[in-house]
Order: sequence, then C-alpha cells, then structure tokens
Amino acid sequence: MFERLPDATTEPVAVTIDGAPFEARAGDSVAAALLAAGRLASRTTPASGAPRGPFCMMGVCFDCLVEIDGVPSQQGCTVAVAPGMRIVTQRGARAAEDPSS
Amino acid sequence: MSVAVDVAIVGGGVVGASLAWGMRSLGARLALVDAGDLRAASQGTFGLVWVQGKGLGSPAYVDWTLRSARTWRTLAGELREHAGVDVALEQPGGLHACLSAHEMEARAAHLDALFAQAGVARYDVAMLTRGQLAQRLPQLGPDVAGGSFSPLDGHCNPLRLVSGLHEGLRRAGVRRLRRRVSAIEPSAGRFRLHAGDAAVDAARVVIAAGRATPGLAASLGLDVPLVASTGEVMVLERMRRFLPFPLETIRQTDEGSVLVGDSHEPRDDAALDCAVLGAIARRAQRILPVLAGVRVVRAWAATRVLTPDGFPLYAQSPSHPGAFVAVCHSGVTLAAVHAHALAPAILDGALPPSLAPFGPSRLADVRAAA
Amino acid sequence: MSKVHDVAVVGAGPAGLAAATTTTSMGLATVVIDDSPSPGGQIFRAITTTPLRRPEVLGRDYWRGADLVRPFRPCGAEYLPATTVWAVARRGDGAFDLGVSAGRPGARIGGFFAARTLIVAVGAIERPLPFPGWTLPGVMTAGAIQGLLKSSALVPSGSIVLAGAGPLLWLAAWQLTNAGVRVDRVLETIPRGRLAEAMRHAPGFMFSGYLARGLDLVRTVRRRVPVVEHVEALHASGEGRVRRLRFAVAGTWSEAPVDVLVLSHGVVPNIHLPAALGCDLAWNRERSAFQPVADAWGGTSVEGVFVAGDGAGIAGVDAAAARGRLAGLAVANALGRIDGARRDAEASKPRQALAHALRGRPFIDALYRPAEAFLRPDGETIVCRCEEVTAAAVRAAVRTGAVTVAEVKAATRCGMGPCQGRSCLHTLAELVAAERGVTPADVGVPSIRFPVRPVTLAEVASWPAHAVAGAREERDAGRP
Repeated sequence: MFERLPDATTEPVAVTIDGAPFEARAGDSVAAALLAAGRLASRTTPASGAPRGPFCMMGVCFDCLVEIDGVPSQQGCTVAVAPGMRIVTQRGARAAEDPSS
Repeated sequence: MSVAVDVAIVGGGVVGASLAWGMRSLGARLALVDAGDLRAASQGTFGLVWVQGKGLGSPAYVDWTLRSARTWRTLAGELREHAGVDVALEQPGGLHACLSAHEMEARAAHLDALFAQAGVARYDVAMLTRGQLAQRLPQLGPDVAGGSFSPLDGHCNPLRLVSGLHEGLRRAGVRRLRRRVSAIEPSAGRFRLHAGDAAVDAARVVIAAGRATPGLAASLGLDVPLVASTGEVMVLERMRRFLPFPLETIRQTDEGSVLVGDSHEPRDDAALDCAVLGAIARRAQRILPVLAGVRVVRAWAATRVLTPDGFPLYAQSPSHPGAFVAVCHSGVTLAAVHAHALAPAILDGALPPSLAPFGPSRLADVRAAA
Repeated sequence: MSKVHDVAVVGAGPAGLAAATTTTSMGLATVVIDDSPSPGGQIFRAITTTPLRRPEVLGRDYWRGADLVRPFRPCGAEYLPATTVWAVARRGDGAFDLGVSAGRPGARIGGFFAARTLIVAVGAIERPLPFPGWTLPGVMTAGAIQGLLKSSALVPSGSIVLAGAGPLLWLAAWQLTNAGVRVDRVLETIPRGRLAEAMRHAPGFMFSGYLARGLDLVRTVRRRVPVVEHVEALHASGEGRVRRLRFAVAGTWSEAPVDVLVLSHGVVPNIHLPAALGCDLAWNRERSAFQPVADAWGGTSVEGVFVAGDGAGIAGVDAAAARGRLAGLAVANALGRIDGARRDAEASKPRQALAHALRGRPFIDALYRPAEAFLRPDGETIVCRCEEVTAAAVRAAVRTGAVTVAEVKAATRCGMGPCQGRSCLHTLAELVAAERGVTPADVGVPSIRFPVRPVTLAEVASWPAHAVAGAREERDAGRP
C-alpha cells in the first residue's frame, strides 16, 4: 500500500512492530514506519472498536495513536523512529498502567 | 410572542430542569425559560452523587442529601423510561482520600463533628487506613495515608443528566423558550416574564438561574446572597475502566474518561488558571500515580452557585407570593429531591416546614454575624 | 523561568521563519517553538532533511522554501524544534509563561519559557471532507501523502484515488505523478457552475502569479490522470481498510477499487492557540472558516498577541511570509525597539508582497468554496472522528433543543476527544447553523481552552505553583 522511492538513501533504523522486526529509515515517523510496513490500520477506537490508521500525518487527528516503548496513546506521526523502538498497535482504550511498568 | 402558563421556571440548568421534571406530570402547564448558556454551572459540574462529609452546620442538609442519594435511582429510572437516556448512575461507594496523617486527623474530626450535631444520625462512613483501602484500590499511591469511605456515594454522567432531563421535558410537551429573562414583573397576583421578544405570563415563577438568580430575585423582594467560588476540572483520555468507585476529586466516567477536579478559588470568573491546574494535577498523581502518564484532553473552569454557608437556598417571596427561588451548589446530588420533593411543594404553593432550614433567614443571621 | 524573551514565535513555517528573522534583525531576544523536527512548516516540510534527490518531484515552489530557512538559521533566534506549546498564561507583569513539551515517549520533558509578546504562526490544518467511510484506514489527507513523500520518500501504491477540491488536490496529484506513481483517478467535488461564479474575480487572478503556475499544474495532471468533475457524493467501504469507493455524478453512481484514497478539501486556520489565549474569533464567510480577528499588523484582541500566516486567515505561502514580517515589525514597535515611522517604512516591501499575494485569493476562494454536501454532511457520516459522532446525531441534538455549539457538544460528545475538536469544529458549526437556518457566525464560537495539545497529567503537574488561594496542596477536611 506504500512503497519507498528509489531516492531514499537514508540510514536503516531497526524497530519492532507488534514484536516483529522491521527496518524503518532515519527520518521516518512511527506512523510512516507503520505504513511502510503495510500497516494501514494501527489501532481500534475506544468508542466502537472501529479500525483506524494514520490520516493527517501532522499531529491533528489523533488517529495514529500507538504504544511506543511501552507508553500507550502516542501520536505516531509526531514521534521519530529510533533504533530498537518497540511499536505496538493499540486496541480500544489504553490501560491505566503502562504494560512495561 | 406571549405565553400563559401555570408555572414559569427560569433557568434550564440541572436545578431548573430537575424542578420542571418533577412538575411535568402533575398537571401544571409549564414553561422553561433559559438563555441556552448552560456553561456557567451545569456544564462545569463534576457528576458526583455524594453524601459523605456534607452538612456540618446544617443537620437538615444531611437528611436532604441522604434522601436524594437514596432515591436517585428512581430518577435515573424515570429518565431511562421517559427520555430514553441512561445517565450512567452508579452508587458503588466513594472515597475521600487523605495524603497525610494530618489530613486523616482533620477528616476524622470533621466527620465526628458532623455526627455530633443534634438530630444527625450516623450513616455508613468509615475512616480506613491505607492498607484497608489498598485492598479495594491497589493503584493508590504511597502518599495516601488513608481516607474516609462511604458506600452511599456515587456518580452519574452530568451532561447526560441535563440533556436527558431536557429530552424528557420535550417529550412531555413542556414548553422551552430559549431566551434570557431580563425582568420579572409582578402584576395582579401573577408574573410577567420579559425575555427578548417573548413574554410569559405565569401564576407562579421559580428562579433557578444559578448565578443570574440574585438580580432577578431582588425585584421580587428576595435577597439571594451568593459568594464567589470557581472550580477547575481536567478530563483525561479514555482508559479501560479501572476505578471501582469515585473519589471525591477523581472519577472515571462510564465512557472511560477520568475527571480530576479539586479547587475552590475565591473568584467569580471562569478563566483557567494553569497554576491551579498544576496543583490539582500534583495532588491527583500523588493519589493515583498511574494517572501521571495519562493525557489531559480538556480542562475547564466554572463558577459555583454557592451561598455564604454553602447550603441550598429555597424560598418563597413574602412580598410576592408565588415567586420562588431555588439555588444550590450540589444540583446533581440533589436532583432527585428537587424533582420529587421540592417541585411538588412549589406546585402546592408553600414550602413545607422541613425545608425551613434552607430559607433565607439563616443567611441573614450569617450576614449579621459577619 | 528566569529569562524573559522579547518575543516567542510559535511555529516555524513561512510566517514564523519570516517573523523570527525580522525580530532578531531588530535585536529582539526571540525564541521559536515548533512542533516539527525541522523548519519549514507543513508546506516546506523536511526541506532541510528530505531524502528526495530529484528536485523536480516536489517542484520549484517547494525548494523556494530554502530562501526562508537560509536567513533563519544564523539569525540568532533560540530554536526549539519538535516542541509543543500546550498552555500559555499571562503573568502579573504582563509577560506570558509558555508551557512546552518535548522529548521521547516515556521521557517527555516539560519546560517553561517566558516572553513579553507572542507571534502565533501555527498555520493551517486541512478541512475535513466527511462522507461515509472517510474514517477507514487507507483514507488519508493530501497533506499526509505529501508529508510521507517529503519526509520519508514513501508513496502510495495499488489503486490510488484522489478526491476533493482545491489547489492542494492538484499539487498532490502532480507531485505523486512526478514521482512515478500511477494515480487511477482524480475526483473533483466542485459543483457545476462554480467556475462561472468565480470568474468575476478573474481579473485579480490573472495578475496574481497563481494563474500560470496553477494552470500549468492542472493541465499536466489532466494529461496524466483521468479526472472526474462535479462529483457530488462519495462513499468508501471495506473490511478493516478501504477497498472500494463509490462516487456520484449527476445522480449516477460509479464504483472503483481503491487501496489509498487521498482527500483534500482546502485548509482552515489552526485556531486552537489563539482561541485559548482569548483572542476574538470571527467567521470568514468567503472561506467558510473561523479565524482570529486581527488588524493590519496581525495584532489580536489580546494585548501582546499577534497572529501571522495561514493561522491568521488562509492566504497562502507568499502572504504568510509577508504577514510574518509585518507582525515582527509590529512587535518591534510595540516593545519600543523601533518607532512608528521606521516600522511603516520597513513595512512597505512586505505590504507590497502581501497585496500581490492576495490578488488571486478571491478567485481561488470562490472557485474552491466547499460544496454543501461535504460542508454539511448528513446521515451516518461521522463528523467527530474521535468520539464517532454522526451527522445525524448532531442534527438530531439541534432538532431536539440544543441551540449553541457548546450545547450540541455536551449532548453528543462531538469534539470532546483527544483531537480537541480540530477535525470537527467547522463541520459542527456548519451543521448547527444548517439545522437552525442561520450562519455559522450565529451559533457561537466553540470554546477552546488549554491544554491546546493533550499533555500528560505529570506535565500539567510541572506547572510552577504560585500563591493562589484554592491552589492549596493540602486539602480541606470536608465541604459544608
């Protein structure tokens, strides 16, 4: 659904998405990495459980909320990928406690 | 436009709408007149149906509050049946958390003083230690020394309460005029309300207009003293339900959002004060450290409708019988008694002796003392 | 919170960069705070970092952004990228405290800056194009697609459809096709007859500089992609993500497979920060949008607060830079750095540039005025993406007694989610107005308060205490 142009020369950045390794690129936001990995849908809504994915990519819509390094409800489009980052798609409302803690 | 009714209620917030709700099925022709600016109080409310600790200085208020909490379920049932609205009433008990030994002592002393009043029967509320509370709510922070817990407390969704009351009133055919009342003119034993391009002619008038009440009531010979008090509330993002019961300053709604509110500021504007929000947030994350990483989605400030002693004021004008005022702070908690006890009394044309403690004379005493 | 800057510029797009370059040139201590990790704003996003090597993909207008970034870099402003302003409070001495948030998830760093004046240059956000299915994964905005291209060299693949109206629709189609992407269709939602209406503004447009560039771009896209005009309804569907798009022209529905559906419906000012600051807002009828009320220098109804760029009213990139400079001059004058005569003299060039940039706007505004069907949706179309409130629910709330936007919000939860109403507030105002038979100007400006971005409770807790009764750390033993 998304592919990288041959222009892209930036450094690879190894992350995991729902536990599976994925090679993002430097300069990618978490939401961009999800799309590059073929994950159009990255969460379900707390209200009805409907699937949602990145929509605006500029921090406006809050549809790309994901768990990053154990912290839930992060705007994937506003966070840059970093080596070793753990990205987990989110189901419904977040829990009160960070799963990592 | 001119309308003639038996009772005109000024104010469509939770108090005015609850009174109209109680009157709607009693055969009176009603008009509810409000400017549509419900932001002042009814949209700022926290949503507690709260009993514990209230009424120091007013034994009648202890009873009144208890009675409302115990009959609230009936009101919720009526709204489900006649308005199709679930106001999400839950009464699983509630916690007043204390963050130090000093706060524990002060709370215990407050409750002791409350129940030491003549005519106040002790109800179920207990001071619990941190260890006892942690069994019910393991997320409590290490700073929590303990607190008082009462099984009588609860909460509801106040936005749905207000919109549900209005929906039910609409279905019952109650006339609602969306205009600001500028003057109430007594004439020949009746009242003429001037509201923009409309006039309402009514045998009785009830002013339940929150902080707009004093100005309207003065012309009918009723003195309604209110003091300035602003509160601020933050709404945190939706979470899976984890709070089994509401705290006095933190509650989780049926939709999962967590509300945090904890300030009494002596001012009468509704501007947000970030420093106050900061203090509220610091206290909340000490009580429930799991909230520290949860995002604040919205915040608001609202002015309370507060009499000098904090208790409700219900009165009929001695100079213009048929004119009533009803103002109070805890409009959500008291919604059931407002609908089921105060509303019929106003329709009867006389407030019963049991409501005399909520009359204006006790405030005159307060004023004289001050 | 010791140092008090002369001016805090919020936003590092064309307006913010021009404003900061101006204020620093006047010797004012300037801090620039921007959400993005690199300067340029949305339009020049990633201009200093983009991996794209072929300049012709994004076009000459994109690379012109370097002319704004180049003088900004050495200008001496303190620059805080990837930093969000979430609250501003007026201090006793009249200056502003700004609460900011930055850092990685789990390691957010709260901070505070103080400034005597503010230039709010927060730009525009995309106007929603609501229709059934617009919330499905795979449906994205044109700005999102451009951002992926600029920042990550990512392009959509599979069946790609663009839908909507406005310059950005054509620009996105042009850039994608420049990059070698096959676009199945462009569906334009401009109603029939609109071009004729807009023609009365054509003389200004002819001399605006938009004409040659715009016509060339549209012609090129039309050569590359089938364009369907006068699309009056859209309906997307699919399990788990978008798969099919139905669209109607003159009452006849067609269907197309789609993997990525790109929407553009113009842009509206990002009003949350000025609104929360208490700046008066007004409804702009020509552009169907709220915008801050501002004088010719960007001065708002709140003393010391200036607005510049598309956030002050949509006018495009050239106007944004000019208005940034004007706001910078006004601040320098307000702070006593330059007198009125110097300010006016320095303003003559940006005023000329502004006048030139504004010439073509009436034509563009008239041509691309959103179609009624998408401005005021109906039925099960979701209006509030966060709380999943439908157009039918909003309309029903008005029919059963709600009058103001605030009441409808309370009755439906529309606008109460984490996006804080950014996605729905214009649609909400339009729907309330439609149901009441009035204009959005009559339904009340939505109440917008701090925090203007969701921040954690811990970040709110970091706001320094001050001596306010009611802000006690120790609690009452009980209420009366």
